[in-house]
Amino acid sequence: MAKSSDQNKAFGWAANDKSGVLSPFHFSRRENGDDDVTVKILFCGVCHSDLHTIKNDWGFSHYPIIPGHEIVGIATKVGKNVTKFKEGDRVGVGVIIGSCQSCESCNQDLENYCPQLVYTYNSRSSDGTRNQGGYSDKIVVDQRFVLSFPDGLPSDSGAPLLCAGITVYSPMKYYGMTEEKGKHLGVSGLGGLGHIAVKIGKAFGLKVTVISRSSDKESEAIDRLGADSFLVTTDSQKMKDSFGTMDFVLDTVSAEHSLLPLFSLLKVNGKLVALGLPEKPLELPIFPLVLGRKMVGGSQIGGMKETQEMLDFCAKHNIVADIELIKMSDINSAMDRLAKSDVRYRFVIDVANSINSA
Amino acid sequence: MQRLGEKYQSVEAFGWAARDSSGHLSPFVFSRRETGEEEVRVKVLYCGVCHSDLHCLKNEWHSSIYPLVPGHEIVGEVTEIGRKVSKFSIGDKIGVGCIVDSCRACESCREDQENYCTKSVATYNGVHYDGTVNYGGYSDHIVVDERYAVKIPHTLPLASAAPLLCAGISMYSPMKYFGLAGPGKHIGIVGLGGLGHIGVRFAKAFGSKVTVVSSTAGKSKDALEIFGADGFLVSTDEDQMQAAMGTMDGIIDTVSASHPILPLIGLLKPSGKLVLLGATEKPFDLHAFSLILGRKSIAGSAIGGIKETQEMINFAAEHGIKAEIETISMEYVNTAMDRLAKGDVRYRFVIDIANTLTVTRS
Repeated sequence: MAKSSDQNKAFGWAANDKSGVLSPFHFSRRENGDDDVTVKILFCGVCHSDLHTIKNDWGFSHYPIIPGHEIVGIATKVGKNVTKFKEGDRVGVGVIIGSCQSCESCNQDLENYCPQLVYTYNSRSSDGTRNQGGYSDKIVVDQRFVLSFPDGLPSDSGAPLLCAGITVYSPMKYYGMTEEKGKHLGVSGLGGLGHIAVKIGKAFGLKVTVISRSSDKESEAIDRLGADSFLVTTDSQKMKDSFGTMDFVLDTVSAEHSLLPLFSLLKVNGKLVALGLPEKPLELPIFPLVLGRKMVGGSQIGGMKETQEMLDFCAKHNIVADIELIKMSDINSAMDRLAKSDVRYRFVIDVANSINSA
Repeated sequence: MQRLGEKYQSVEAFGWAARDSSGHLSPFVFSRRETGEEEVRVKVLYCGVCHSDLHCLKNEWHSSIYPLVPGHEIVGEVTEIGRKVSKFSIGDKIGVGCIVDSCRACESCREDQENYCTKSVATYNGVHYDGTVNYGGYSDHIVVDERYAVKIPHTLPLASAAPLLCAGISMYSPMKYFGLAGPGKHIGIVGLGGLGHIGVRFAKAFGSKVTVVSSTAGKSKDALEIFGADGFLVSTDEDQMQAAMGTMDGIIDTVSASHPILPLIGLLKPSGKLVLLGATEKPFDLHAFSLILGRKSIAGSAIGGIKETQEMINFAAEHGIKAEIETISMEYVNTAMDRLAKGDVRYRFVIDIANTLTVTRS
């Protein structure tokens, strides 16, 4: 059973209630076990899930919560059974830090679908430990859930790949978007997930159309991110002209929205992948599904093997997130801005240089 | 192909039609077009009674054109062929299902998925390209382009083959397309009616494991003993449903009324697929978490293309698969519709057109 000790004092910023206000918090990590890697955290991405969790939007938050699951750091200690990593290696930790390691999903390298999967924060491990996330100075993780951060992938702008990146990469592969070049992908929502989806989609040779509520992000989407076109959902004529033109739509929007226009954009046999995590159920119209054999599917991050594959792919294609680097002490105002989608396109906390241990 | 207009509707036909949304059927004299170059004239022997017939008779989809002659599970004998017809000869036993034409040029048509062509023409209550309204199989004969008819192998008894033309293909197509057909796959079938019971037979013939999910506990015996299902879940029994969570690779949901799908999504394994066949106007509630945590999906499906329908018929012949039917006379059809509305049929009515239609003509 893992123990904490004075040696493993840790420091982070936690939310204590559903106001979501984060403030300094002293705690401990477990001692580095035989299978563990201790990571000194350099950077941590700010995922919208962090905001949902600290505000208890989904109703299952247990405070105090240190969020953060887009972690890049340096291995400072490795247990005696650890073969994949050595001290000094640059490593990543994403959304999950544990699974049963024996079920059908785990045996297929799909730890993300294990019924006993353990999230990096706001979760409990089987030994009873409350897990705290990456807005902290260090983390101790079983080697199976640690990733090797490829050379050539910057630690700061590569950090968001650990959640946002794998969240879009995995369904692109699973739902068949990457099998043939030239297929047409619609990316609904241009935020943390959406902007990376555009980059990865283009790297796979897809035609990419960004679908958005407003035209604000149009020139960025096309000129900087490389999207082929941009569709504003409130332009009913342009929407109609685009009906039945897309093979796939990745829906990254978690706010309440209508699925009907997205289904209409799909061709026959088209697939809508729902990645946003809304608070309330969405309305699912049935006629478009039946009359066009269309589908809506979900996806949750990816397994560890696939996450490593994604990191290597992004390193090869120079795909990183567009980030705004912030200090730990700026986190609360960053969260306020994130709530208004006022970020292009991911905040990343410069943890090592700004987290102060009192 | 030369398209014929109204003035060529010159061959007398007789059937039963509804005149209004009461849906009450009665004798109806009308006419059909002459047989075109690529068409066959078919003497109708049997016609299955599909629940869609009932929905349409009562104008539940707000698109019914009266007088309405339903029927899209048609089995008959070819009596005349156009000069360019190559698929069939006079005397052949053939089937006609839910569509009798399509645009023939779009991607769906080119990929033998005429059922997804946005301009497909329904066998009844559909408007033919010459502007005339189509009348269905509750009639003595039908004229159809050979492309939209399938051959019935002689080993298939005709009456019990009729429901395959709609119910059969509606189940066969999604099982194949969604990768549920085969040993090692566990399929759930929701609803044990006209579609569901045939689905169980196909699934077993594919070698899949099958569990029927039904709100009617009384159907358990038939499901297990007559149709060969491996299991039966009463959907309103929370304990049974809980115990079966995460066990199915796919579910084919034949229920057309609005119903909660969250419990069905719970029955799926990770990466499992829920396929909906019944389209309702009212949207369902989609709990995105239920799909995301488990990479599950919900899809729709509607009948199948003609090529696949022929493949399905051949498969049924090879494996001795037929519908479980109650053969009725044309005169009985209104009573049958009342019983169908209450789900009181084991498991498909089939009208013996050849022997019981003409006598109703006064």
